[in-house]
Amino acid sequence: MARRRNVIVLTAVALLSLVGMTVAVSDVPQPDIPRGRGESCVADTDFMRRNHMTMLNHQRDETVLKGVRSKRYSLKECVACHVVPGPDSTPVTVASPKHFCRSCHDYVAVKIDCFECHASRPDPDAVVAGVENE
Amino acid sequence: MSARKTKPGTAAEYDPGRRSFLGSAAAAAGVALAPGVFLYGIAKPESAAARGLDVAASSDVRWGMLIDLNRCDSGCNECVNACATENGIKSHGRPETDAQWIRKVDIRDPRSGLSRSLPVMCQHCAEPPCVDVCPTGASFKRADGIVLVDRHRCIGCRYCMMACPYKARSFVHEELEDQKPHAPRGKGTVESCTMCVHRVDADELPACVEACTNTGGGAMLFGDLNDPDSEISKRVASYPTRQIRADLGLDPGVRYQNL
Repeated sequence: MARRRNVIVLTAVALLSLVGMTVAVSDVPQPDIPRGRGESCVADTDFMRRNHMTMLNHQRDETVLKGVRSKRYSLKECVACHVVPGPDSTPVTVASPKHFCRSCHDYVAVKIDCFECHASRPDPDAVVAGVENE
Repeated sequence: MSARKTKPGTAAEYDPGRRSFLGSAAAAAGVALAPGVFLYGIAKPESAAARGLDVAASSDVRWGMLIDLNRCDSGCNECVNACATENGIKSHGRPETDAQWIRKVDIRDPRSGLSRSLPVMCQHCAEPPCVDVCPTGASFKRADGIVLVDRHRCIGCRYCMMACPYKARSFVHEELEDQKPHAPRGKGTVESCTMCVHRVDADELPACVEACTNTGGGAMLFGDLNDPDSEISKRVASYPTRQIRADLGLDPGVRYQNL
């Protein structure tokens, strides 16, 4: 009988701790990362989370110094795919906390300076003119 | 281009195998097509540089411009406006510090009264002094002769602005927003005419040349100075043209006719 009670108590404790864990997980604020427009990214999500900065830096040097303009790993293509429509349905800039890059970089408190020079959204004029960005 | 003019660090890798493959491919296309079409394909200035998006710029090409001043009207600003539109250059209402990638310079000989109007932009020198003085390697010459600033490396010291005899470079004093995706620009860095490198890489003409041809006087010609069959090389070979401040020996890629 005592053993049975022990089992019940242990099960209850285990259940409670499980519930507690789920509560704890949902208590941690998660970044609200918007989905890209494309079907999948150029690499797995885990890989991209850890290595996107290296890929961007590599592509940057190839493009600026040598004129290699393959689109796959270019910042422009990242920005074009990861657009987040704002209230007026035009893509938001990095000034908005909903911007794809900002949504995560705010969360991890990593400041980036890419968008001090680079456009953080596709060219609105080109979209209006019906010309897709090259 | 001679080996002396190409800096070892900036020269693109030269792959003879690929070149000969491209050459034979072009020859095959020429055989397949009518003779006239084949000749036109060879004579087209862009054909020498037509390359895939993932192929680096080659030092076989030297991009240049020839500006016929007889066709350049002093009141015409099409090239300047096209440049501003293409590259997202906006005035902050302070002409002393506003960026100028290209400007119109009116000159007049007081004795004869002869006046000319020159569009002056980065002259894309073969021996660029801005590259010589840059302490970080940000100012560089691409393999195809286009002189650029790598703004990732630029610390905004402005030595290049001092060194440039053409006053071609500008410093960005203000924070910018809504830049063009193909023309990143930002506060604290130096910038200048890129010869619309994003368009050149896509086998298009620089914005100023296109505007001059379409709505201006048709004064500007863009092409490969290394290709003897290009329109620009033929004109440079058959008419007297001048580089401004040729005495400095910088061998600018921009030339002027009827100056």
